[in-house]
Amino acid sequence: MDALDGNAIGGLLHEVFGTEMTAATGRCANCGFIAPVAESVVYLDAPGTVVRCRKCVGVLMVVVRRSGMNCVDLSGLAALGATAV
Amino acid sequence: MAGTAVRGRLTWQVATAGSLTDETVAVRTIELGVADWAGHSAGQHLDVRLTADDGYVAERSYSLASAPGEPVAITVERLEDGEVSPYLTEDLRPGDEIEIRGPIGGYFVWPWQDDATSPLLLVAGGSGVVPFRSILRHRAELGAKTPARLLYSAKSLPDVIYRAELDAMHDGVEVIYTLTRQQPPGWTGHSGRVNEALLREVAWASGQQPIAYVCGPTAFVESVASGLVGLGYPPSRVKTERFGGVGGP
Repeated sequence: MDALDGNAIGGLLHEVFGTEMTAATGRCANCGFIAPVAESVVYLDAPGTVVRCRKCVGVLMVVVRRSGMNCVDLSGLAALGATAV
Repeated sequence: MAGTAVRGRLTWQVATAGSLTDETVAVRTIELGVADWAGHSAGQHLDVRLTADDGYVAERSYSLASAPGEPVAITVERLEDGEVSPYLTEDLRPGDEIEIRGPIGGYFVWPWQDDATSPLLLVAGGSGVVPFRSILRHRAELGAKTPARLLYSAKSLPDVIYRAELDAMHDGVEVIYTLTRQQPPGWTGHSGRVNEALLREVAWASGQQPIAYVCGPTAFVESVASGLVGLGYPPSRVKTERFGGVGGP
């Protein structure tokens, strides 16, 4: 399957963060690129859901569902917020 | 587990299939009765979850085809190797129940941050036209005067989804088709993929402060979005939604 974008995980992110996140802005910890979550590169068929920076393809987020629980790795994000970061 | 939706939370709930409309041989619109629906914005989607008898779960996202205020509806294209779309387009009957959650999304929505006045450019590849039906219907209901153009790339005329509705668009909406694989005899519209020359011809000049929405297969969206940026559209004014490499125009 091709890469999708952050729109495709609007439901998953809502589940994780408890609110709409596709319009939120993220800053890549690797290259500093700032973009809406919706514009990130998303692989649904990786082991878990992998979200990458559109500029440097660094990993921003990984979400793995295990036993009904979401394990979330946000270490690739320097910042994530509803307003400019 | 499906349950009663709590405000602000996104919970799975049971929806009941209503009327089914075949849009093309492979595409069906499904109206859904949803007990607890917060109301959606044009451009949002919902998630569908199917659970097999053996417990295997498959989830997919589908754009909402109906305008805000209309009954919830999705339009689904059947993918031959799909896990969810064959069931939705071939087996589902009115009265059947499926699990859904939504509405979802706050980025690929129109109007964007109350910007309802910028000229609107919608570029669709294949079933990427679905959210644009919601947007164009919403625009009509609002009585918005903002001019709108839909550039729609489809394989052939019989593959055009919502053709009757799109052909009847008026009041400031222009619909421009390009047919990539097969053109009917006497076709005077565009042929071939959306390229820079076609974008240059169809897109609003960047000086008019347009806002663009591009939806379709990943490769289509990336090509169109970079073409628009090349025409001077700021990246922040080009909203994109990709649905992968399948079912493209």
